[in-house]
Amino acid sequence: MMSREVIGGTIAASGHLIARHAGSTIWLARYMERIENLARLLDVTKTFARDDGEGRTWLAILHINGDEHHFFARHRAADAESVAYFYLLDKANPSSVQAVIGWARENARTLRALISTEMWLHINVFRNQITRLDLGDIASDRLSAVCAMLREGTQAHTGITEGTFYRDQCWHFYMLGRHLERADQTTRLLDTRFHAVAAEMASDGAEIDAGQWIALLRAAAGYHAYRREYPHGYRPVEVAGFLLKNGAFPRSVWLNLSQVEWHLSQLRSRYHLRGVARPMERIDRLLAMMASQTVEQIITRGLSPFLDWMQAEVAALHEDIATELCGGA
Amino acid sequence: MDDGGRAMRSVLADYDPQSFFCEMFRPGQPPHPALDHLLGLLRRMPVASLRRRAAEAERDLLDRGITFTVYSDATAIDRILPFDLIPRVITADEWRVIETGVIQRVRALNLFLHDVYHDQKILKDGIVPAALVLGNPAYCPAMQGFDVPLGTYVHVCGTDIIRDETGRFLVLEDNARTPSGVAYVVENRHVTLRVLSDLMAGLDVRAVDEYGLRLQRAMTEIAPASVTDPQVVLLSPGIFNSAYFEHVFLAREMGIPLVEGRDLLVEDGRVWMRTTAGLAPVHTIYRRLNDDFLDPDAFRPDSQLGVRGLIAAWRRGAVAIANAVGTGVADDKAVYAYMPRIIRYYLAEEPILPNVETMICAEPEGLAHTLAQLDRLVVKPVAESGGYGLLIGPHASLTELDKFRARLQADPANYISQPMINLSVSPTLCDAGLAPRHVDLRPFAVTGRDTWVLPGGLTRVALRPGSVVVNSSQGGGSKDTWVLA
Repeated sequence: MMSREVIGGTIAASGHLIARHAGSTIWLARYMERIENLARLLDVTKTFARDDGEGRTWLAILHINGDEHHFFARHRAADAESVAYFYLLDKANPSSVQAVIGWARENARTLRALISTEMWLHINVFRNQITRLDLGDIASDRLSAVCAMLREGTQAHTGITEGTFYRDQCWHFYMLGRHLERADQTTRLLDTRFHAVAAEMASDGAEIDAGQWIALLRAAAGYHAYRREYPHGYRPVEVAGFLLKNGAFPRSVWLNLSQVEWHLSQLRSRYHLRGVARPMERIDRLLAMMASQTVEQIITRGLSPFLDWMQAEVAALHEDIATELCGGA
Repeated sequence: MDDGGRAMRSVLADYDPQSFFCEMFRPGQPPHPALDHLLGLLRRMPVASLRRRAAEAERDLLDRGITFTVYSDATAIDRILPFDLIPRVITADEWRVIETGVIQRVRALNLFLHDVYHDQKILKDGIVPAALVLGNPAYCPAMQGFDVPLGTYVHVCGTDIIRDETGRFLVLEDNARTPSGVAYVVENRHVTLRVLSDLMAGLDVRAVDEYGLRLQRAMTEIAPASVTDPQVVLLSPGIFNSAYFEHVFLAREMGIPLVEGRDLLVEDGRVWMRTTAGLAPVHTIYRRLNDDFLDPDAFRPDSQLGVRGLIAAWRRGAVAIANAVGTGVADDKAVYAYMPRIIRYYLAEEPILPNVETMICAEPEGLAHTLAQLDRLVVKPVAESGGYGLLIGPHASLTELDKFRARLQADPANYISQPMINLSVSPTLCDAGLAPRHVDLRPFAVTGRDTWVLPGGLTRVALRPGSVVVNSSQGGGSKDTWVLA
């Protein structure tokens, strides 16, 4: 029989975790994180759109989420109204907050016996808030307020999770989901915005529009940290480096992959999960790959192919975890 | 009942239970200090305050997802079981009757089940007609000769109890398959403590939060004897089941994994669950899945919800299952009519809780009697639950009576009839203040080695004026049930 004692503050293999529940936990974390990212993107896009030609900017957000095809099947043009509707109200759009909170709640419902009561209560209240959104709320003068509500809702979730979720196996799986999603979102953001901004800079010479960089960093919630790190201004290589490899910025790809690595190692050492081997192999390879080249080298070799590869690797990592540890879920 | 002209009009000023037994005022019974105290508090409570608290309670239940899901076409709506704020109180003396009566009944049910799946003495002695048991669709021939651990078949029993005009407790129905509702007992208490704790001040109300622990212990007791630290799981049909909230509740309270059929498998004659660390052994399954769906090898071959080979593993003693398979024959509405005789037969005791007098329409006498007095009786199909398909004679129109008469004559074996019992009433918050509404009571008994009855139970209330149908599917709600120490 497995020991259930707490030894020196370390939990020695507490109760079993049903494989399917581990899979749901990862998705719960990913969905909640996704809502926060979407809220930031919409809010920032509104800012972009003010200075920039409307259409191109709103297109970017569709591109980040890979939703162009789906969107244009039902809308003629991408503008503030149609895109806000698509992401905030359209229940038929699988990447809308309506759909995503629905799935988050369904996963939470599956996990209800494992997550804390406060987490469950908050997800319900938050879901009710989201389902009550209507056309009036997405009017351009209210859009920022709605994005703030969404951001605060997910941040409350994050805080409640931090403060109340029992830190056994299940929590590690939750954290895997959060970090996988953050790594994925940052590569997408960088992929779409970086080229637009960097191209503009190359053609205009040295002086570039700081506003574009600021918006990009704001969308990643990293603007002030970046200012502190690089007070002299904005260089593409530094912005990319900050988002990719910074070891302190909570949404950098490197930091999130390192966290994935740490949680996997915990699952191996504390819970003796043999299935960790394969995802561990992949994450080690990924981290080594990032460590072995500078950001300059990455940009010279082509940032876009690198980001595409990274996105595919993050997806494969989740797939490995699902197959090896979550019964394929 | 009024505080007088100057004071605010009491919420109970217009309260009139008529000839029904009122759970709060208890006509004809000696005054009870705790109830008098409670009534005093209630009278001083402004109706606006009660309404505000009721709204709070409703929001609280919804936010906490204490809901059942109603599916229609493509939509799924989460509904709360309507909650009435005003508690139903059971005194210590009354509770002693209920508790001992339920324990007696559960003992008899278990002995009956053991007998009908072994020697069938009660049938041979002609106490219960053999055809009624052996020809019953709920009788499970596969259970014959199989010894369940500790001789317990019904580990969780929900006994539906009503009260007549004189305040006498009567058993209306036994629920010995997979009775539900216990989660509401506990959650209703939590809600009361959140929004109406001042009403409980000065009263010694027995706690209800021990249920999960007791059930977990009973499940450990029935596990295969060779296992020292048995793994118990709760088997649920999944998140789309209308009672899923309760499954979650119980898994949490018991501290055990909540699994679905797809999380379990039988291999090498043993039952395993799929965990992140691979397969782990399972020793007791508290299942909330009907017999039919448990094992496609043994029952419905098309069931996707169950576990292939589970019944065979159970019969080999590799795993315990609660409740046992085949208990439906004991809570059948026709067998119910024989319960007093069953109790006397096995225990040589008089039933502590009497049955409602019941006529079996399968028997010529019973049918004749029922047809003659249709407008005064309640007639129930034996195979239905949830209050569907029943006739309440005194409330039915002539056309309805005629239609039902034809149905009854076409298939008499499908029906039993009972006199119309004037269910007791309890003050309930309605549009016009507090008004009497009919209630019943479902206490929950947990049996491993011994039987323990949760001090409380689910009080269901028919919210429509005059209605006696308390089922949640038919406009029923629930109340917190306070058992006084």
